[in-house]
Amino acid sequence: MLVRGLRRKIGVILQLQVNGDVHEVDVPDHWTLLEVLRYRLGLTGSKQGCDKGDCGACTVLLDGQPAISCLVLAREAEGRSVLTIEGLAPRHVAAGGCGVDPVQAAFDASGALQCGFCQSGMILSAWALLARNPRPRPEEVRAALAGNLCRCTGYTQIFDAVARLATAGAATAPETSPEAVRD
Amino acid sequence: MLRLPSFRLEQPDTLPQALALLDQAGPEAAVLAGGTDLLPNMKHELRRPSVVIALSRVKGLTGIAEAADGAIEIGAMTPLAEVAQSALVARALPALAQAAALVAGPQLRQRGTLGGNVLLDTRCQYVNQSHFWRSALGFCLKKDGTVCHVVAGGSRCVAAASADTVPALMTLGAVLEVARHDRTRQLPIDAFFVADGIVNRRLEPTELLTRVRVPRPAAGHRGAYGKLRERGSIDFPLLGVAARLDLSEAGVVEHADLVLTSLAAAPRRVAGAADALRGSAPGHAPAEFETAVRRVAELARRQCRPLPNLPGDHEWRGEMVPVYARRTLLAAAAGQGPVHHV
Ligand SMILES: Cc1cc2nc3c(=O)[nH]c(=O)nc-3n(C[C@H](O)[C@H](O)[C@H](O)COP(=O)(O)OP(=O)(O)OC[C@H]3O[C@@H](n4cnc5c(N)ncnc54)[C@H](O)[C@@H]3O)c2cc1C
Ligand code: SF4
Ligand code: FES
Ligand code: FES
Repeated sequence: MLVRGLRRKIGVILQLQVNGDVHEVDVPDHWTLLEVLRYRLGLTGSKQGCDKGDCGACTVLLDGQPAISCLVLAREAEGRSVLTIEGLAPRHVAAGGCGVDPVQAAFDASGALQCGFCQSGMILSAWALLARNPRPRPEEVRAALAGNLCRCTGYTQIFDAVARLATAGAATAPETSPEAVRD
Repeated sequence: MLRLPSFRLEQPDTLPQALALLDQAGPEAAVLAGGTDLLPNMKHELRRPSVVIALSRVKGLTGIAEAADGAIEIGAMTPLAEVAQSALVARALPALAQAAALVAGPQLRQRGTLGGNVLLDTRCQYVNQSHFWRSALGFCLKKDGTVCHVVAGGSRCVAAASADTVPALMTLGAVLEVARHDRTRQLPIDAFFVADGIVNRRLEPTELLTRVRVPRPAAGHRGAYGKLRERGSIDFPLLGVAARLDLSEAGVVEHADLVLTSLAAAPRRVAGAADALRGSAPGHAPAEFETAVRRVAELARRQCRPLPNLPGDHEWRGEMVPVYARRTLLAAAAGQGPVHHV
C-alpha cells in the first residue's frame, strides 16, 4: 500500500494490459476503465451509452468475462487482461485466421445491426459465450446477451448471428477456428 | 456522460489493512466491492466520499463452503454469478440461488457481490437520477432536500429495500459476520434492516461485512424466489418474494416463512404465514395446502401496500403481491422456481 502510494506520488503510472499490449497511462483514481480506453488510449470502439450500467454498450472482456467498463475503475483493472472490440480481429489473425473474427463476420452476414451503437458490446458478450460454450441453446444465447440493450434491431438478427455460429458448432467457435463464417 | 467525482482510491491487500484504513477515514470513506451500486450512486452525486476503499485485492473474502456443522458460508466478495451457479447453493438454498440468478444482467452478476447486494442502497424513482434531474424536480429527504416526493408531507424517507438476495437470506435465517478493526460480531439478518430509507441497515461506517453464514437447512427444506420486474433481462425488482417450507419426513410443513421486498425501506415478513401453513401437506393433501397458501397470499395482500416509490403503477404492484406470494409458495412446494415472467 505504502509502496503503491509512493509510486503514485513520484509519478509512476497505471499499467493496463489491453488487447495484448501493455499501456502505461497516468490517470486519476476516479477515472473508469471506459474513460481510459476511450480518452487516453483512443479505443473508441467501446461505447459510452448510459454510463451507469444499464445498457451494456461499454462491455469489454476482463480476463475473458464480459464486464461493464463504465462501472470499473481503471485502477481496478490493473493486472487483468482487457479485450476490447479492437482486439478481436488482430487476435484472430494472430491465431492464423484471416479477415475479421468469425463472430464479427456472423454479425455482418446476419445484418445484426442498424445504428451499430450496441454492436461492440453485443459481439464481445457473444464472443465470451461462444468461447466457453460453442453450441449454446437459444435460451442460453438470450441469457448471455441479456445485459446488452439494442434500441434498433429487435434482437432477431443478433440472435440469428449467434445461432449461425452455434449451429456451426465447435468447429467455428472463436477460440478454436481460424475460419470465418461467411455467406 | 456521467463522471465520477474525484476521490483517493485505496486498494488494501489484507483485511486488517482495510479495517485500519476504514477506521482512519470513518464516514469520509466508501467501501467498493463490485461497485455496481456504489459507482452509479456516486455518478449521480448521491454520495461523495473522499476515500474509496476497494476490497477486490483483500484475500479471504470470497468463496462458498460448507462448515463442519453443515452451515453454508459465503464470503462477502463472492460474485453473485458464483452464488447463482454453485451446485451446493442450488441444492441446499434454492431460494438464494434463484434470487442471485435474477439480479441485474450477466455482466453485473459477474462483478456484483453478495455482500454488495446485502448492502445495496435503498431505491426510489425520485432519487436514483442524475444530479441535474434531481435539481430540476427539487431535492428530497434522502439527499440534499427537505421534502418527500412519494409521501406528500412525509417526514421519513420510504425508498425501497431492493436487494433480491435479502428476502431469501431472511427466510433462511442467515447471520452476517461483521468486522471492525478491534472486533467482529455476528448479526442475525432479521435484526439488520430498519425502516428508514436514508440508511436502512445497522452497519457502522467503520465496519465491513466479511461473510454471510446460513445455518444448515432442514433435510426437507424447500425454497423459491419470485420476482416481478419490468424487463426480465436486467431490471431491479418491483416486488421480490422469498418462500421457505420445511417438510417433515412425512411431508408435513413443520416450518414456513414468506418475506417480501421492494415495498418500503426494510423487507417485510408476512405475519401469520408460518402458522397458516404449518401442518399442511402439499404432497398428500394438495387442496388443503392450496387453501392455506391462498390464506397466506391474502395476509400478504393486507399487510403489504406498495408505495409509488418505484417506477410504474404501485396499485398494480399491490395486486401482484398475493399473486406472487401464492405462486412462489406453490413453486417452493413443488421444488421449482423461480417465479419470473420470462
Ligand atoms: C442496471 C442495473 C441493474 C441492477 N439490477 C439489480 C437487481 O435486479 N437486483 C438487485 O438486487 N440489484 C441490482 N443491481 C444492483 C447491484 O448490481 C447489485 O445489488 C450488486 O449485488 C451490488 O453489489 P456490488 O458488489 O457491486 O456492490 P457495491 O456497489 O460495491 O456496494 C454496494 C454498497 O455496499 C457497500 N459495501 C459493499 N460491500 C461491502 C462490504 N463487504 N462491507 C461493507 N460495505 C460494503 C458499498 O459501500 C455500497 O454502499 C443493479 C444494478 C444496475 C446498474
Ligand atoms: S422516498 Fe421520498 S425522501 Fe425517500 S428517496 Fe424517494 S422521494 Fe426521496
Ligand atoms: S455505458 Fe456502460 S452500461 Fe451503458
Ligand atoms: S443497432 Fe442500434 S442499438 Fe443495436
